[in-house]
Amino acid sequence: MQCMECHERPAALHVTEIVNGTKRERHLCEQCAQQKGYVANQEEAYSLHDLITGLFGVNQVDLQQGQRMIQEEAIKCKQCQMSFHEFRKIGRFGCAHCYESFKSRLAPIFRRIHSSSLKHHGKIPKRQGQKLHVQKELDNHREELARLIEDEEFEQAAVIRDKIKAIEEKKEGDHS
Amino acid sequence: MSLENFMNDAISPWMREEGPNNDIVLSSRIRLARNFNQHIFPTLKKEEELIKITDFFHEEYHGSSFQTYKNFDLIYMRDLSEIKKRALVEKHLISPNLVNENMGAVLMSENEQASIMLNEEDHIRMQLYFPGLQLSKALEEAFYIDDWIEEKVDYAYDEKMGYLTSCPTNVGTGLRASVLVHLPALVITKRMKRMIPVVNQLGFVVRGMYGEGTEAVGNMFQISNQITLGKAEEEIVADLESIIMNLIEQEREARKRLIERSSSMLEDQIYRSFGLLQYSRIMESNEAAKRLSNVRLGIDLGMIEHVSHNILNELMILIQPGFLQLYAEETLTSSERDKMRSTLIRERLMLEK
Repeated sequence: MQCMECHERPAALHVTEIVNGTKRERHLCEQCAQQKGYVANQEEAYSLHDLITGLFGVNQVDLQQGQRMIQEEAIKCKQCQMSFHEFRKIGRFGCAHCYESFKSRLAPIFRRIHSSSLKHHGKIPKRQGQKLHVQKELDNHREELARLIEDEEFEQAAVIRDKIKAIEEKKEGDHS
Repeated sequence: MSLENFMNDAISPWMREEGPNNDIVLSSRIRLARNFNQHIFPTLKKEEELIKITDFFHEEYHGSSFQTYKNFDLIYMRDLSEIKKRALVEKHLISPNLVNENMGAVLMSENEQASIMLNEEDHIRMQLYFPGLQLSKALEEAFYIDDWIEEKVDYAYDEKMGYLTSCPTNVGTGLRASVLVHLPALVITKRMKRMIPVVNQLGFVVRGMYGEGTEAVGNMFQISNQITLGKAEEEIVADLESIIMNLIEQEREARKRLIERSSSMLEDQIYRSFGLLQYSRIMESNEAAKRLSNVRLGIDLGMIEHVSHNILNELMILIQPGFLQLYAEETLTSSERDKMRSTLIRERLMLEK
């Protein structure tokens, strides 16, 4: 197969790109792939950042064995146009929307960096997160209720149950 | 300018205040990374987007005050000379990365305790310093400042992932809690080398004084959290505090043992360093850091009297290249700096007499 870009050299890299949900295939030779940024230039200095991107599991493409078929998904972020490949190369997101765009690929990266739990358990923005605050309070109360029932502390459980009811009613009221 | 005036200008007021355990812990820092939801991150260097961030902060916060943090001043990186920028890095008010950001700026409180970097790796990176070991206090205060900013900014926040940051290593809390500690006895007794891997295993990092990639000079180490996702801010801070308390205990123990076992050798090292700082005419920066660390240990152990214990924190900043050149009011070559450094140290020690 010939390279789609220069129409001279044989294609060594076969890429499936998904941009805004449309799939397109690209077949490129080594030189053109490097120019288009699909493959990191091997002569680029090894920096501290490579250590981080190393964690992201960048495939070291062995171009000498050009016959090998490499499938590289290049999902692009709708908001800032950054591709997943670029993200892995730079090691940083382009915008807040990237988290949504690359969602399916991110879990292993976060697990490598942060280990264990992948859910934020910390602060909620005071103004923006008012609804979330209520949800967190509800969750906390429900946990406590379950614990109290288990411990057969029914009197206290009733108090908590009423609290949950009150919060839920207030929530309903806010909606209507 | 006289050295006294220059120093009063150069040393942030909070550095001269007393803090808990400040015989070992020099400072506590809390940093929160935040981003605007609707703007593209600084990663892609889109100037038209980044200018919106600095314009907004100029409009809303330049000249404003919040609680004890008065008269916030917005300073653009492009307006500062190389030497001035360097001096701000040496004071830890901005990061080395911000210096190179054309669109970067910093919003700084008058007392230099709070600084909010704009368009560094993230749109907003606020940091707060306290003397000694005061991480919980610093976190509490940082949260107030965060809420104050959030009144007007829609943060990039996701219910599940927390605060969204440009680098995945900061997502979740966006928190970096760090402590600067002076551990000479653990270094002398070669125990620090064994401590570092243990601290690492607990998800915390040990680095030199100026953060990522810097060497530990003058037996000073910066210890900070690595993990930002899955743990609440209070948990991260509590874990770090308990590690630091443990290190403090070990350092005190090691100091005690040093005095018991090799008192005269230790005393010789300390006084030798004190003499060199008072009388030498050329002082290279690594040697200065080493000598200052010894003198500080001498002060902590009661061997050297009538010298304030702040001398290590203050001089470690003043003898950095940026400040030396600010003091000289001209650019200096490396050998000129070594002479200037020794002059400045001698003069500073004279002030104590």
